[in-house]
Amino acid sequence: MNKFIFKLFIFFIILLPNKSYSLIEIDITRGNLNPLPIAVSPLSSDDSSISALNKKLNIKNLGSEISKIVENNLKTSGLFNPLNKDAFLQKPDIAHLKPRFEDWALIKAQALITGRVIFEDEKLRVEFRLWDVLAGKEMMALAFTTVPKNWRRVGHIITDKVYERLTGEKGYFDTRIIYVSEKGPKTQRVKRLAIMDQDGHNTKYLTLGNELVLTPRFNPTNQMVTYLSYFRNLPRVYLLDIETGIQEVVGDFAGMTFAPRFSPDGKKIIMSFAKDGNSDIYTMDLENRVVEKITNHPSIDTSPSYSPDGKYITFNSDRSGYQQIYVMKSNGTNVKRVSFGKGLYGTPVWSPRGDLIAFTKLHKGKFYIGVMRTDGKGERLLTENYYQEAPSWSPNGRVLIFYRETKSNKKGEGFSAKLWSIDLTGYNEREVGTETDASDPSWSSLLSN
Amino acid sequence: MSLPYITKKPIQLPPIISVELIQIMDKTNIPFAPKAKKIIEEVKKKEEQKLVSEQAPPKKVKKEKPDAIPLPDQKPEKIAKIEEKKQNPEKVDNEVKQVSEFEKDEMFDPDSIAALIDKSKEEIAKTNKKSKLVTQSDDKSMNLSGLTLSEEDALKAQIFGCWSIPLGLPYNENLLVRIKLKLKPDGTVTKTEILDHARMNMPGQGFFKVLAESALRAIQLCQPLRVPTTGYERWKDMQLNFDAREMLGG
Repeated sequence: MNKFIFKLFIFFIILLPNKSYSLIEIDITRGNLNPLPIAVSPLSSDDSSISALNKKLNIKNLGSEISKIVENNLKTSGLFNPLNKDAFLQKPDIAHLKPRFEDWALIKAQALITGRVIFEDEKLRVEFRLWDVLAGKEMMALAFTTVPKNWRRVGHIITDKVYERLTGEKGYFDTRIIYVSEKGPKTQRVKRLAIMDQDGHNTKYLTLGNELVLTPRFNPTNQMVTYLSYFRNLPRVYLLDIETGIQEVVGDFAGMTFAPRFSPDGKKIIMSFAKDGNSDIYTMDLENRVVEKITNHPSIDTSPSYSPDGKYITFNSDRSGYQQIYVMKSNGTNVKRVSFGKGLYGTPVWSPRGDLIAFTKLHKGKFYIGVMRTDGKGERLLTENYYQEAPSWSPNGRVLIFYRETKSNKKGEGFSAKLWSIDLTGYNEREVGTETDASDPSWSSLLSN
Repeated sequence: MSLPYITKKPIQLPPIISVELIQIMDKTNIPFAPKAKKIIEEVKKKEEQKLVSEQAPPKKVKKEKPDAIPLPDQKPEKIAKIEEKKQNPEKVDNEVKQVSEFEKDEMFDPDSIAALIDKSKEEIAKTNKKSKLVTQSDDKSMNLSGLTLSEEDALKAQIFGCWSIPLGLPYNENLLVRIKLKLKPDGTVTKTEILDHARMNMPGQGFFKVLAESALRAIQLCQPLRVPTTGYERWKDMQLNFDAREMLGG
């Protein structure tokens, strides 16, 4: 009997610690993809700076203008929802010292940008802070010093910093776009090289329009551009240094060279060379001008584009009977067809992130801009239209810019070509404003790397 | 060989912009603006009223403790009765076997063990079917004793709506952030702790900080969390595993 009671006693002793509960774990595998509500407070400025900058730049309130650039950039990204300034309760100067987070939470802001503009020693100094409203803490604080006329770039750089801090990937706002500006009727089109900021401001024309220019492409490492221009009705590939204005023809080939593009390190140009009805892919080393033939096939191989690590090349070819996208090693071996969908595929461009290839697709009389994985799987068509092509990636691989031709009016008369951008979700499609009609855009890398 | 005519003036590249870090300042105490204060107070008042109307006051349960550790000669049935009252003041449906370990042991009956295991399996199967995902908690049947499926679903749905996933995260990386919470009975979060905090400062793991901050924002935005009105002891500590892979990786 005693043995039984003892066992019972031990049994209850063992049970006692079991009264504590195991920790509840809940897996959160879904969230929302709504744009993040963000408040961009106008950058504050003292009276003397305001009047000095007004005198210098003829801008009444530079702090407010810079905040507008930031706001516009964030909005066009599609990932942020800048809140209406009329709802702001706190003044910009006080908010920059220390925001009252309750005020900002009240208007549903999750992040807040504040800042200050100072003009001293003929220099513009811009400070900004990024705040996490819900956590009530500062996330980032930076200051920039530059010449006053550079104020738009400051706005773009601030946006890049905020974008990177909140999304986890680099921004693409302090960048430029080079494109072909077009004017006049379709039969007598004047085409000039033009360059502008990614938001459509600061347009400058690089050529006068005497020669036809096509397919400008930025060097990913500097401000060099390669493009195609015609000489005696033959297309040739040229190099242009934007900083110096010096340009040169790439090689003296006895045929047509076209579709040029830089290698990721900027040391080579890859292009198509056509002779006797056959077109193959070649590279040229820009240091020693050594030319190397990469493909050797009796079909039309064109539109080559390197992978960001330089190990692979994607291009389009009609070697299967129809124009399709192929991937090969950078020495021309191991050629594999990757596109197998219905229709024709062209202008493949490898994403700077390395995970996707953007392309133009023609199917049943409609043009599509789409992306697929580098093995050809997961094809997604982002946008469809009557005529559109030539996608170019933003430096962070999130947005594509391309050009679209449309009729000028509803009756289907006239002709208009404009630049458009679309992000990888396919929902954030926007026209990029240009002074003239525009085609063949190419996105630069970040200027402030 | 001719070259295309270039405009006379080459593009003037803007000069380099120097960047400096500003020292992060201490918090200052700026009083509320009169306008803001008024609005904030009104909102708080409304929220308080809302809370009162939505959430029932916690049920007062008279604590009953055994006077002493049961002596070997006391009858086990009596002790079990006291523990039952203490453990679960509200009557639990016998069909749902979400009982504490103590209660399980209390019902120590070799004939019913098989039945208990079967029920447990059923519950796990239901959970798996619901989430369709193999996640950390799948093999932890103990968690099922914490919240009912509907309670868990309600909480999940609430947080899904609050979590703005940073879209730039590298979807092929480990995008799991585990956050431990301490909760008040009304669902207000009193403490959050990122369990893999060391990853914040690891090289190449910069995205983890962005992810963790987004998860913390979601918790802040969602609170008070939709927690059950009873059984505070069960869920006063909780762990949320935020995993963005499914959303970003497709």
